[in-house]
Amino acid sequence: MIEIHEEKCDLCGCCVGVCPENCIDLTESRISIVHEICTNCRKCEWACPFEVFEFKLDRTKQSHVSGKVIA
Amino acid sequence: MKESYDVIIVGAGPAGTTAARFAAIGGAKVLVLEKDREVGVPVRCGEAVDHEGIVQFIQPDKKFVAAEIHNFKLVAPNGKVVQPNIEGIGYVLDRKVFDYELARIAADEGAEIVTKAYVDGLTRNDGTITGVTVQYHGEKLSLKSKLVIGADGVESRVGRWAGIDTTVSMHDMESAAQVTAANVDVEEDTCYFYFGEKYAPGGYLWVFPKGNKTANIGLAVAADLSKKKHALKFLDEFMAENFPGASILTKLAGGVPCAETLDKMTGPGLMLVGDAAHQVNPVSGGGIISGMIAGKIAGKVAADVIKRNDMALLGNYEKEWRDSLGVRHQRYYRIKKVIYKFKDSDLDSIANEISILPQKQQSLGNLFKQAVIKHPSLIIDVMKLFFSSGPFGA
Repeated sequence: MIEIHEEKCDLCGCCVGVCPENCIDLTESRISIVHEICTNCRKCEWACPFEVFEFKLDRTKQSHVSGKVIA
Repeated sequence: MKESYDVIIVGAGPAGTTAARFAAIGGAKVLVLEKDREVGVPVRCGEAVDHEGIVQFIQPDKKFVAAEIHNFKLVAPNGKVVQPNIEGIGYVLDRKVFDYELARIAADEGAEIVTKAYVDGLTRNDGTITGVTVQYHGEKLSLKSKLVIGADGVESRVGRWAGIDTTVSMHDMESAAQVTAANVDVEEDTCYFYFGEKYAPGGYLWVFPKGNKTANIGLAVAADLSKKKHALKFLDEFMAENFPGASILTKLAGGVPCAETLDKMTGPGLMLVGDAAHQVNPVSGGGIISGMIAGKIAGKVAADVIKRNDMALLGNYEKEWRDSLGVRHQRYYRIKKVIYKFKDSDLDSIANEISILPQKQQSLGNLFKQAVIKHPSLIIDVMKLFFSSGPFGA
């Protein structure tokens, strides 16, 4: 899932412009993401000028991946 | 705030307040809702405009003009500087004061402006937009209007709520970072543009002076080319290398939709203007004047719609936009697609060819001529543009 590092965010809206799901909320002072709608396309992460977004595999998927590597 | 208006405008940037001004002049009851606490802040803009563009709306005034621009310097990847002869002058604005002035003018014409009002949805009846819902001072209000104008910038959601897809493609979104820096030694009547992958892949880097050794220094990179290295990293590197003694007074991020104008900018009870409608010049990334031109058209059409109680007149906005700037922006978009294919070696050789010409012949025309030699498909669009606009064209 996409994690937001709010402390880096300048609230510029670049991410909202590229988000195909319209799932980023941006007010005067806060940014948040509606994870239920987010498809993890990562466009926000790539478009952000300030590296606010970080894509993280969730735990179940992560163990699946590492399991494959070990196998 | 009242419960009901003729026109509610979301966003108090230049496009929104210009729409407000001309809708109010046309007799409409207008409300502008701005999510930030102050009109004009934060500034997310390089702040450069051309004289011909701005005088259509307001006389340039010392209180919002930071610097008068008479020269361009274009820096190629190999460091070669080309200074094309340009006609006309430009300005680097102080947008905080400029946006304030535009809002004040709209208010003088009778528009009501409210800040710290966050629009979070639209209301509708039978598919027609009938107003907005807004969070204001801890309360959620529902306000009615015959028309809603979305002037809510690159992060526009008004259009999407109404079913218009305003998503910007990764190729067309320019991811931008800018500082306003002090103790920067640059010529104070010259705008500098740096091109090349080192500075800004798929975009350019700018240094726009603001007087007293201050300048806006920023860059924009195509979002699909900056996955690994983000705009701020490019900017930090440029500052460290070129202006190590500078102090940073402001640092900001931004997104510039360098796309084609939206095909559909209206719907039942709805209009979109400015960045929200992708009305930025796709080559320069400039959007102040083009947003204001669209705002003026939209405001006038909105007043007409209200006066004659005829939604069908909304189509005039799209038509007049196409006639005034829309067609030109389509050509700019095609030129952009070619320019973005230029490699650093192409840019270097264009700069080399131009710099051996006598200074008088170092015109934008000759610059394009060299570019056309590299990529002949540019010629048709460039020729058409030269017949329809000057060097600072919106």
